[in-house]
Amino acid sequence: MKLAKQVKTLAAALALGFSAAQAQAADQSLLNSSYDIARELFASYNEHFADYWKNKTGQTVEIRQSHGGSSRQAQAIIQGLRADVVTYNQVTDVDVLHERGNLLPADWREQLPNASSPYYSTMAYLVRKGNPKNIQNWDDLAREDVSSVFPNPKTSGNGRYTYLAAYGYAQQVFGDDQAAIDAFVRTFLNRVAVFDTGGRGATTTFVERGIGDVLLTFESEVNNIIAEYPDHGFEVVVPKVSFLAEFPVAVVERHAERNGNLELARAYLEELYSEDAQRLLAGFNYRVHNETVQAEFADQFPPLELLTIEQIAGSWESAMTEHFANGGKLDQLQRR
Amino acid sequence: MSLAITSAISLNPGKRVLPGFALSLGISLLFISLILLLPITGLVVQTAGMSWQEYWAVISDPRVVASYRVTLWAAAFASLFNGLVGLLLAWVLVRYEFPGKRIVDALMDLPFALPTAVAGITLSALFAENGWYGSILAEVGVKVSYTPLGIIVAMSFTSLPFVVRTVQPVLEDLAAEDEEAGISMGGSDMTVFRRVVFPSLWPALMTGIALSFTRSLGEFGAVIFIAGNMPYVSEITSLMIFIRLQEFDYAAASAIASVVLLASLLLLFAINLWQAHYLRRIHGR
Repeated sequence: MKLAKQVKTLAAALALGFSAAQAQAADQSLLNSSYDIARELFASYNEHFADYWKNKTGQTVEIRQSHGGSSRQAQAIIQGLRADVVTYNQVTDVDVLHERGNLLPADWREQLPNASSPYYSTMAYLVRKGNPKNIQNWDDLAREDVSSVFPNPKTSGNGRYTYLAAYGYAQQVFGDDQAAIDAFVRTFLNRVAVFDTGGRGATTTFVERGIGDVLLTFESEVNNIIAEYPDHGFEVVVPKVSFLAEFPVAVVERHAERNGNLELARAYLEELYSEDAQRLLAGFNYRVHNETVQAEFADQFPPLELLTIEQIAGSWESAMTEHFANGGKLDQLQRR
Repeated sequence: MSLAITSAISLNPGKRVLPGFALSLGISLLFISLILLLPITGLVVQTAGMSWQEYWAVISDPRVVASYRVTLWAAAFASLFNGLVGLLLAWVLVRYEFPGKRIVDALMDLPFALPTAVAGITLSALFAENGWYGSILAEVGVKVSYTPLGIIVAMSFTSLPFVVRTVQPVLEDLAAEDEEAGISMGGSDMTVFRRVVFPSLWPALMTGIALSFTRSLGEFGAVIFIAGNMPYVSEITSLMIFIRLQEFDYAAASAIASVVLLASLLLLFAINLWQAHYLRRIHGR
């Protein structure tokens, strides 16, 4: 067991070593463990932060990035990867760092503004050119003639958000009628053409293989896909109600302290809330809290009602046990 | 495998090229322990925290049971298909001379060299309804990508070399004179194949099919991209294990993995027993 851990740590260290090869002369170095699709975002933010830090302290800083599915990233940290900060797309993956490794305090969400989520997004639809099936809202996705694509909620946070968004919509429409909510979400799940294991896989299925009438993913991703495939004429549809997808950040205090990076790590995350950084984040199609920036990007982000996890399931903890755990609501609704 | 057995017994038992029985056996056992037994022990340790009821509940969950069914059927079809095609390929490569033969021979190992995820993505692109093969198949109403049929395609692709590479050396050893003798004794082509060629090939072919089958049981990367992963229809057992890992439920993941491992071990063990028995009968020892 221990051997396996060491091998894994070694492999992770090697992988990082390669990415860190370009900067040797920095005074300080910081390791950010992040989710899969944030490579470009943080490459850009790191430049911004390095300038900011240089102006403020006169020191050069080198920020190393590690990207992957955020649950796997969290596992790597529990197994010994000494990341200073985490920037994830799921609250539960940060929670696990407290529960399994006690690497950060239980109240990590109170350390930074907006529940430690400097930016957020929501689940939106990508439809084919001209929206031939006229898909506007969640009830359209339960229609018999519509087939949808999104990643498996069992293996992907992206898929979990989509499931929760549909569930929250059903709660709003059917109120206390649990049977009607279940029936709706069951039909919604039955309309799925392919369950990929991750978000990028689902994108490939929809775009390259031509499967499905609608792809459900983060609003930020949807806009990136349109930019990447201009010839396909894809269109974005933002439903009237959707899920508030938070992107939690936290200092892995135990590690940052050992690496002597506590102050730097805190500054790295706090700077995400500055106006310039918020503008940068909005440029990557994420919604932000800063009001000036919000006004600048108003056209890009149509207003909608955002349901929080507290409204839908009480808390992430109960969402995980009641909906996504083995034998939970999701399993029941997928049963034949 | 059978080749190794026949050449080993044909050696003069008093003389060995490699010295030091104790040393070589010791090193072999050390490696078997480190590389094979230790991970398996780890697997057992992971499940040790569960009670028998919990273990049973995990491995008999209806969705997991459905995945056994899908995986077993797909692996069975894939390995039988490989048995037929692999035998044919080995036959062509051994018995005929044609331009480009060496290239074809080298290509046989490609499925082993290719990362399985790449194989999966490529296959699903080819067999999707807008892909090269898929568009032709769609005209006759056959869907491959994102159906259980796709699982069979991916499994047979990744495990084909097992059959070719186990049958090939045995076929090379088989003298053409044996067939000629059969023919000169008045046997029809079919009879000679059935009574002369096939009995020698059979053990190697069975081993190849069994290896192909067990490899298919555990295949993940290639299958996941082409299967569609619909619950109860096209979810494979490896995906169930992956899902449990995502839930940080290592014990349950190990429990399901132990079922796959046990099935593979039993099959391979049975094949080995049968093969030893068969060879004893053939060689009369």
